[in-house]
Amino acid sequence: MRLKTFSGGVHLYEGKELSKDRPIRAVRPEGEMAYPLQQHIGAPAKPLVKKGDRVLAGQKIAEADGFVSVPVHASVSGTVRTIESRTVASGGKAACIVVENDRQYEEITWPAKRDYTAMTREEIIGAVKEAGIAGLGGAGFPTHVKLSPKEPDKIDTVLVNCAECEPYLTSDYRILTEHPAEVTEGLKIILSLFPNARGIFAVEDNKRDAAKKLSGYIGDAGNISVQLLQTKYPQGGERQIIYAVTGRSFDSSMLPADVGCIVQNAATVYSVYRAVAEGRPLTERVITVTGDAMEEPCNYQVPIGTSYKELVELAGGLAKEPEKIINGGPMMGNAMFTLDVPVAKNSSALVCMTKDEASRYDATACIRCGRCIEACPQRLAPNRLAAYAERNDKEGFQAFYGLECIECGSCSYICPARRHLVQHIRRMKRDVLADRKKAVQDK
Amino acid sequence: MDKLLKVSASPHVRSKIRSNHLMQLVLIALLPTTAFGVFHFGYGAAVHIVVTVAACVISEYLYEYLMHRPITVGDCSAAVTGLLLALNLPVAAPYWIGAVGGVFAIIVVKQLFGGLGQNFMNPALGARVFLLLSFAGHMTNFTYDTMTVATPLQTLRETGTVPSLAALITGNTAGTIGETSAIALLIGALFLVLMGVIEATIPVVYIAVFVLFMGIFGGHGFDYQFLLAHVAGGGLMLGAWFMATDYVTSPITTKGKVIFGVILGIFTGLFRVFGTSTEGVSYAIILGNLLVPIIEKFTMPHPLGVKKGGRIHG
Repeated sequence: MRLKTFSGGVHLYEGKELSKDRPIRAVRPEGEMAYPLQQHIGAPAKPLVKKGDRVLAGQKIAEADGFVSVPVHASVSGTVRTIESRTVASGGKAACIVVENDRQYEEITWPAKRDYTAMTREEIIGAVKEAGIAGLGGAGFPTHVKLSPKEPDKIDTVLVNCAECEPYLTSDYRILTEHPAEVTEGLKIILSLFPNARGIFAVEDNKRDAAKKLSGYIGDAGNISVQLLQTKYPQGGERQIIYAVTGRSFDSSMLPADVGCIVQNAATVYSVYRAVAEGRPLTERVITVTGDAMEEPCNYQVPIGTSYKELVELAGGLAKEPEKIINGGPMMGNAMFTLDVPVAKNSSALVCMTKDEASRYDATACIRCGRCIEACPQRLAPNRLAAYAERNDKEGFQAFYGLECIECGSCSYICPARRHLVQHIRRMKRDVLADRKKAVQDK
Repeated sequence: MDKLLKVSASPHVRSKIRSNHLMQLVLIALLPTTAFGVFHFGYGAAVHIVVTVAACVISEYLYEYLMHRPITVGDCSAAVTGLLLALNLPVAAPYWIGAVGGVFAIIVVKQLFGGLGQNFMNPALGARVFLLLSFAGHMTNFTYDTMTVATPLQTLRETGTVPSLAALITGNTAGTIGETSAIALLIGALFLVLMGVIEATIPVVYIAVFVLFMGIFGGHGFDYQFLLAHVAGGGLMLGAWFMATDYVTSPITTKGKVIFGVILGIFTGLFRVFGTSTEGVSYAIILGNLLVPIIEKFTMPHPLGVKKGGRIHG
């Protein structure tokens, strides 16, 4: 099969060999649990419990506030200790429901398994929303919103993003290898919402065995196929994967649905299956705990809300002193200054590195080598955009399409002068978007 | 975990190639022609190289020291400028000329415009042209082994005869220290392309357009000996592979590089056919350098998914 891809991008050291062949292990935390009310893009959830309440695993403890919002569920049994502002993985503070774990792991009575083929569209989307599913790939966009485009009939392609192009990450790979049947069923559930759509598993070719396994489970479902993609970062970027598979492109003012596509991450599709067919809310997720500072890099099924600190201990602890710890992958994840934060719905990995390459060298002058332009998957000129950003020239920044940047970091990675290209561009994007929001509000 | 952890914006991994590595690779790529120059022209060539490189590195250091700016001699760009300038000198020139040129290249062409990355013309070529205009006698005196010899291009212009193919390719001719051996230059160029330091786009387009131009307007048709003398007998190989490809002063996109190559090819042809000088590469590249901002204006990449016609959001 010919490998599809996008233009630009970078080839990275993958680091996946550390944890690739380690099957998912379920862990049970014993310590205190914290559930941020906002683990998704949109309005924070509204708490349904108060201090002193006893909660069970699987119980809804906060409800969605509006359409673009999702509920939060407890993942262990215990008593609500408090609702307070705590440090979360992004480094900021956010309201969390803190639950004292009673180590009973008592669960609610689960609903009987359902036959999704007998469910209506509204029932399926409702089940996804009630399960609290938000994109597990990292962005955390509420899944039920993505599944509710204005014109479902115009969707002709549902892509399951199995690229997992970030280095070190193997959680999606493990889900695909260990639960191919469930993921395939999940895709069938989503396809039942879009009568004119075909389903495609888009897999990077460093996961050929997973692709093969999926092919086996697709069986005679004629509208589902597997597409191998070149292993290249950021192959899993939403606009990159759509372009690679369908040849369609769109700008930052549009959504995938505008070009007839819905993209869902593999782990999200797995959660959709669990939510719709088994009635299970999103209370745990698979996370890769890895890096050269870890004693035993591995993939874990972790109750959401578990402290990273405890997760590291459960994972065998640190072998060496880490210099940097990253929530997510090393390209787009964020560095954490403390491990005292909870695992959230969009926590795909914890990478502990003994060396911080980013701080090793200072930025020097741009030599105009053009590597950033070659690497940019959005075909922008990062050197120019970063220069506008440094000068705070918003007009120049927008004239050269700065808002089209997807912040993948390929430019900063490749820059031989070690310039902080994506960092400048990211900041400028925020400023420009904030200005626009303000202009709209002032009107 | 007693130490505080490092935090910084993503990405947290970086490629291993840094600016100074690229410059060092250019120095390595220039070794074959440098070695050949010293072998061919004698120890005087070595003195020129040492003087010019030292002048560049020291003037960069002193300027930055006196201006209280970070010292950047470690990035090796001044050394590259010095070596390129030395390779552009005739061995018979007095040794001070490289020092004067080196100071001019670094202080006037590079540092006064803001240092590395800010200069709008190639410092080595800027200095060469400065020297050519100021000290024309010294700069066109191609004496070696106490014999005054014409360069292949001079011979070609004056007598219409071309040196033997073997002499052209190995470099057993008169000329500046580093320009005579096409084979040594090509080995270095191949190294740069294979190591991913430069793309072959500019030199290939440049040389191809130049050959085409000379074939049409050169007066000898597509006579391969005549064309080869023009390609290998002057400064074209050194200029096209090592100076026109300078990152700072050439267009950044592939489209821009093609246009740049075309312009250089035409300019060089024009200067050689219709100009008074037998050479033309230095002037062509410098003029091309000046056009880079205009070329870039029309060759910026078009973003993925943005409709043509340049819609700007907002």
